[in-house]
Amino acid sequence: MGKLIDLDAMRDAELADRSRRTHRALVCSSTGCLSAGAAGVRAALEEEIEAADRAETLQVVPTGCPGLCSRGPLVQVEPRAGPATLYAEVDPDGARSIARDHLLGDGTGDQVAADVEVVPADLPFFAHQTKVVLANAGRIDPDRLEDYVAAGGYRALYDTLTTMTPEQALTAVERSGLRGRGGAGYPTGRKWRLLAEAPGDHKVVVANGDEGDPGAFMDRTIMDSDPHRVLEGLVIAAYATGAERGYIYVRAEYPLAIERLERAIRAAKRSRLLGKGVLGTDLSFDLQIRVGAGAFVCGEETALMASIEGRRGLPQLRPPYPTERGLWGEPTMINNVETLANIPAILGNGPEWFAAMGTADSPGTKVFALAGSLVTTGLIEVPMGISLRTIVEDMADGIAGGRRFKAAQTGGPSGGCIPERFLDTPVDYEHLRALGSMMGSGGLVVIDDTVNMPEFARFYMAFCRDESCGKCVPCRVGTVQLHALLDRICNGQGRRRDLQHLESLCRTVQVTSLCGLGQSAPNPVVSTLEHFRDEYEALLVEEPVPSAVVTGDAS
Amino acid sequence: MSARPVPPTPPAGPRSARPTVSVTLDGEEVLAFPGETVLALARRLGVPIPTLCQLDGVSVYGGCRLCVVEVEGEHRLPLACATEVSADMDVRSTSSQLRDHRRRIVALLFAEGSHVCAACVASGACELQDLATETGVDHVPYELAFPSHEVDASHPLFVLDRDRCVLCTRCVRVCDEIEGAHVWDIAQRGNDARLVAGMDQPWGEVASCTSCGKCVAACPTGALYHQGTASGERRPDPELIAFLADARGGVWEQRDNGAASQPRDAAGSHEQGTTP
Repeated sequence: MGKLIDLDAMRDAELADRSRRTHRALVCSSTGCLSAGAAGVRAALEEEIEAADRAETLQVVPTGCPGLCSRGPLVQVEPRAGPATLYAEVDPDGARSIARDHLLGDGTGDQVAADVEVVPADLPFFAHQTKVVLANAGRIDPDRLEDYVAAGGYRALYDTLTTMTPEQALTAVERSGLRGRGGAGYPTGRKWRLLAEAPGDHKVVVANGDEGDPGAFMDRTIMDSDPHRVLEGLVIAAYATGAERGYIYVRAEYPLAIERLERAIRAAKRSRLLGKGVLGTDLSFDLQIRVGAGAFVCGEETALMASIEGRRGLPQLRPPYPTERGLWGEPTMINNVETLANIPAILGNGPEWFAAMGTADSPGTKVFALAGSLVTTGLIEVPMGISLRTIVEDMADGIAGGRRFKAAQTGGPSGGCIPERFLDTPVDYEHLRALGSMMGSGGLVVIDDTVNMPEFARFYMAFCRDESCGKCVPCRVGTVQLHALLDRICNGQGRRRDLQHLESLCRTVQVTSLCGLGQSAPNPVVSTLEHFRDEYEALLVEEPVPSAVVTGDAS
Repeated sequence: MSARPVPPTPPAGPRSARPTVSVTLDGEEVLAFPGETVLALARRLGVPIPTLCQLDGVSVYGGCRLCVVEVEGEHRLPLACATEVSADMDVRSTSSQLRDHRRRIVALLFAEGSHVCAACVASGACELQDLATETGVDHVPYELAFPSHEVDASHPLFVLDRDRCVLCTRCVRVCDEIEGAHVWDIAQRGNDARLVAGMDQPWGEVASCTSCGKCVAACPTGALYHQGTASGERRPDPELIAFLADARGGVWEQRDNGAASQPRDAAGSHEQGTTP
């Protein structure tokens, strides 16, 4: 058992340490910036500071993701007082300039490094954002518990455990109106209550970090930028529902997130934020990480549970639902990582504060991963109900290369495309569903007018075909056939009857498949057919005249 | 239409001796046993619902999706094999929508495998062939895959022809749940999924196989058959599985898809405890 943590003392010590620094250089060390060379930038900064013997007063902090991924590596210089400066596209030489001009100056003038690109503070990309889940992303070192505590972390857990009953915590989540951020939007409080009221002594809560949609990286960023927030959400969930252990299921493709979560769990156990007697109370909660093995379908909750148990990741029939019989037969609740990351803020600030954000039916914020033909791509957190146009035209600064907007795909391979005439649609669960798309986990892929829609649909169908688990016939064989039909149409060999088969088979796969993967696999085809049918029609070839077939080459 | 096993009396188990649940099936009010599935009810009353992966005597799998039915008030199509009756349930076992979906699913199965009835050991006693007749699949509108999986004839008594396998997992479940040997499993996923013996070995080399032949008896197609069987000579015996399960205590009805998630040793001791 670790040593009981004193949150106030830890925060004060951390803030006192910070007050000794003239500047802090926050270097984004999330997956995107690391792949763009952030490690070299950090090393260069540290070298310069070391060479100038200023390590006492200057600090280089590896942080999570500030969101502006297409402009990375990002370095944010924070003076002890006054506004911060965000440098973009920093290379090691740029880092040395920042160190020499900005950090190592005499400390009076705050000279902004001249030969490095500076991001204006009022960039629309940031101006429209409301950061709840990502409040600490890019602000703290994800590997240091002290940083999270200094930012107010684990305070909500402490207050919940000491001042609220489990029932009160549960009611707070219910009243917040929070809905599942994994895509379907099931009310989180209702799910929590199902688990709380399920009979059983060994309940389990699971954080689903198996984000697999092409172009989506919300959960990855939450986990590798602020892992303790997910842990805190899980412990609060355990307290409110009576769960005694939990799992974080992360896909193996996220090594950095796994590493940081593991470190966070070790730190939390040492400080008695996990394990027996959390924060000195009676609550016991054991938490482990389970790593996926590269199957998209394991994001589906019953397949995810099979994978955690060490079996093949196949979806199971529901009912029984996981809250009735889940992992090893025990009542189990599975929440998306982003959902859980909202919990500390809801308990800390109260459900009314949360419900006041966003729309009445979809309160709160949503993290979106902007990808595709946009000028600025990256990660944003916006209030629900914001229009797609604001996201695409203001925040992402429109379409790259002077091309025209054609469509936005939300919900990845399970979602649908939204054409230009619906750009003013508010982004929330109901509006997107009404358009034949879905919120999904938050991937937002924008395509320009060079993209051919049947080919676009074919790409997603290939993805679903490759990721089908093979258990049920409509998905296993249907996706193969849908892909073959799209292939024929895209190659200019499709006939009208192929288009008819495409539509009828889409319907069968949607309504008869076992799990959400199969049920939603035809969505990209259905929505592109609805909005861009002319592009399919234009690719069709004429049926041969029947009399011509009889001559012998009718094989 | 193929002959389906129709239990003359309700199987033993937790259900009460009298049908007490009032259900509407295809517009007719009928009485079902508490805990009875829609499929069991329909079969008892002689209402045909096509099935493939379902097999009396082993757990419910829900993979073929042929037994989808319409239930009033449900926006999805539940599976007859996995849905228990509830009071005042209004079920339709057939409709033009259901017929279309079932026909397409059967056509998909034909497109996926290599099903040449004239050259098949199972012709005349094949559930896939029967399904084509039942659902009216007289041609396949989809691209035929013409797979060429290897035939495994390494077993001294039996043969596995994967080109005819529909991945229903009856053999997997029978071997695991009735024989307790777990010789079979599915490897890979999606379109690459295939039936494997042991650790993906030649069947004849799998030491755990007891050569009991229950997998062959349960196979709905000509994928598993006896050595030396010629075209049209295969005689499957799927009723054997329900017979064995009933003979061992008739407890299979309590199993469902969750049974697979029970720890292995618990399932094993359960088997031992009830084997006569």
